[in-house]
Amino acid sequence: MTYENVKKEPLIRVAKRPEVSPKKAMLIRFSSILVALLLGGLIILALGFNPLAVYRDIVKGSLLSGTALKATAKIAVPLLGAALAIAPAFKMKFWNCGAEGQITVGAIVSTYFALNLVGDLPRPVFFVVTFIVSAIFGGLWGLIPAFFKARWGTNETLFTLMLNYIAIGFVKYLRIGPWMDKGQMFPKVPMFDKAARLPEVFGVHIGWIIVLALVIFIYIYMTRTKHGYEIAVVGESISTARYSGMNVPKVIMRTMFLSGAIAGIVGWMLVCGTNYTLSDSTANGYGFTAIVVAWLSKLNPFVMVLISAFLAVLQKGSNTIQTNFGIPASASEVLTGLILLCMLGSEFFINYRFVFRKKTVGGDD
Amino acid sequence: MDTFLSFIVAAVLAAAPLLFGTLGEILTEKSGHLNLGVEGMMFMGGVAGLAGTFYYEKATGGEPNALVSVIIGIACAFLCAMFGALIYSFLTITLRANQNVTGLALTTFGTGFGNFFGEIMGTAAGGYVSVGTVIKAAFNDGIPVLKDIPVIGKLLFGYSFFVYLAVAIAILLAYFLNKTRTGLNLRAVGESPATADAAGINVTLYKYLATCIGGGICGLGGLYIVMNTANGTGGVWVHNSIGGYGWLAVAIVIFATWSPLKAVICSLVIGALSVLPYYYQIPFIHSAIYEIFPYLATVAVLIMIIFRKKKSNLPPASLGLAYFREER
Repeated sequence: MTYENVKKEPLIRVAKRPEVSPKKAMLIRFSSILVALLLGGLIILALGFNPLAVYRDIVKGSLLSGTALKATAKIAVPLLGAALAIAPAFKMKFWNCGAEGQITVGAIVSTYFALNLVGDLPRPVFFVVTFIVSAIFGGLWGLIPAFFKARWGTNETLFTLMLNYIAIGFVKYLRIGPWMDKGQMFPKVPMFDKAARLPEVFGVHIGWIIVLALVIFIYIYMTRTKHGYEIAVVGESISTARYSGMNVPKVIMRTMFLSGAIAGIVGWMLVCGTNYTLSDSTANGYGFTAIVVAWLSKLNPFVMVLISAFLAVLQKGSNTIQTNFGIPASASEVLTGLILLCMLGSEFFINYRFVFRKKTVGGDD
Repeated sequence: MDTFLSFIVAAVLAAAPLLFGTLGEILTEKSGHLNLGVEGMMFMGGVAGLAGTFYYEKATGGEPNALVSVIIGIACAFLCAMFGALIYSFLTITLRANQNVTGLALTTFGTGFGNFFGEIMGTAAGGYVSVGTVIKAAFNDGIPVLKDIPVIGKLLFGYSFFVYLAVAIAILLAYFLNKTRTGLNLRAVGESPATADAAGINVTLYKYLATCIGGGICGLGGLYIVMNTANGTGGVWVHNSIGGYGWLAVAIVIFATWSPLKAVICSLVIGALSVLPYYYQIPFIHSAIYEIFPYLATVAVLIMIIFRKKKSNLPPASLGLAYFREER
């Protein structure tokens, strides 16, 4: 740095904040959501609608009736499940963008069982078997990029992304190929037999209980176990992990297997609990949205519950505003995008602060 | 022979939007930023370009000038997609947000933005938005006179101007990255921002410009998809019409090992694969399996570039990593 540069202190510079109280951090995040809703409100206003009425109907249409609440829960459950799947991988700084594909693979194997073996097994056995098999195959699909990353350091972001489209492309092949429902005009996979559909508790398939159990499991796994500790160390510094005698490739592969397995279970829920069939859009973007959910929750499973519920409200609610106001349901994506972008931006204000140049110039002059 | 000719033409038309997305993303990634929002930016560019030409046509009372409509369409698409990239740049460069997550959020936002405004415009126009024959022709017709030469005319001069524009951008980008001082600086920023910073290169400015201009180029791909009559859209907003192209472009960037000229060939190969089932039936391979090939090939390339260890084929060394001068 030359002498001239010392004199020219920039007008605004950025400095790291020491430590923000959780309360203040919460406040910053909360205001970022408000900013996003305000921006969304401006768009709604510009289109000639009353933003307050629109937001009211989003809440009404997603929470304030039994059927609405159930529909919202059906969106929130897989989203939360996928976010939980991503959390351990992200803690390890392994950017698993492949939950979408891992969900799809879990869905494919569940569908195979549902179409071929449903009558042969007692119902509880059928669900346990499909649950386990979808977890294993989802995990194996997650293991592929982990293996290459651990051995040769391939770029996992791009690798996992590509595997998504391979899995989804395979579904398309199954849909118009071997698994096509012969009785239909449009090529699609047949609907599942009643026996292959997950039982419901309080009107929502039992997946919600499994996902809530997973919240606790992931929390304990990440914060209270040796595995969780190893994940955290590998995420912070691979060299430290190696010097302290950890088997880094093993940790990477084990964690990605777990990540993929949970995503596979989400796929099982989606075909057996929600859609009762397999389609190209079974994963429906949950795997991608979940990445942002996990990240914004700072990988805290309990915060993920809140954020995924919130996004589910938006998604369900926008169907209501489409009927009530004629606003396209894509509004939910615009709003979701706005909220995600605003919350991502707000992280900056939690970690950093602006320092303005002081009016009086120091002794250097 | 006729089938083959039509096949080649269809392949080129399918390749062009991919090439735009790929080139935009190459420019972006060369600055060290992995923008996964390509798809979102294509949606934004597509809907904005359509809106621009549609309202221009309306303003002229249904008698638009072909050249003006093309300029308006391109400008709107470029600027709107650039706006998407600007959001991304502001978040990842200035506010230091995670690049993967921000890119995905931009894809969510952009996809919603495109479909939302596409449908809003449609409702306002009473059903769906559609531009007239003059504008459709302006965006799709080949080079006059030359295109009427038999065989060669169809093969070389019959395409929409977008195809030539994409190839021109590829050549310009290759020249810029490899032969100019500014291009060298940009590559330095992507490889090692700290070194570039120490050498007096304005890292922030380079990152912003590369990401925003790259985003704008992606947006042109979106406009082309919306305007292209060959794929059945042809100046009409079709819900989710751009879906999937952006991710394919991200794949081709790897397939082409970050080289703009290889991107021309690679996008042509991928474009050909995507239309092959419509022209030729190959036994034993189901047509749906073709759609997996580009991604399989990309995975193979990802693994191969590690083993070949050729410097020029590797991704920019600091791709996806944030650079904070204060935190070295």
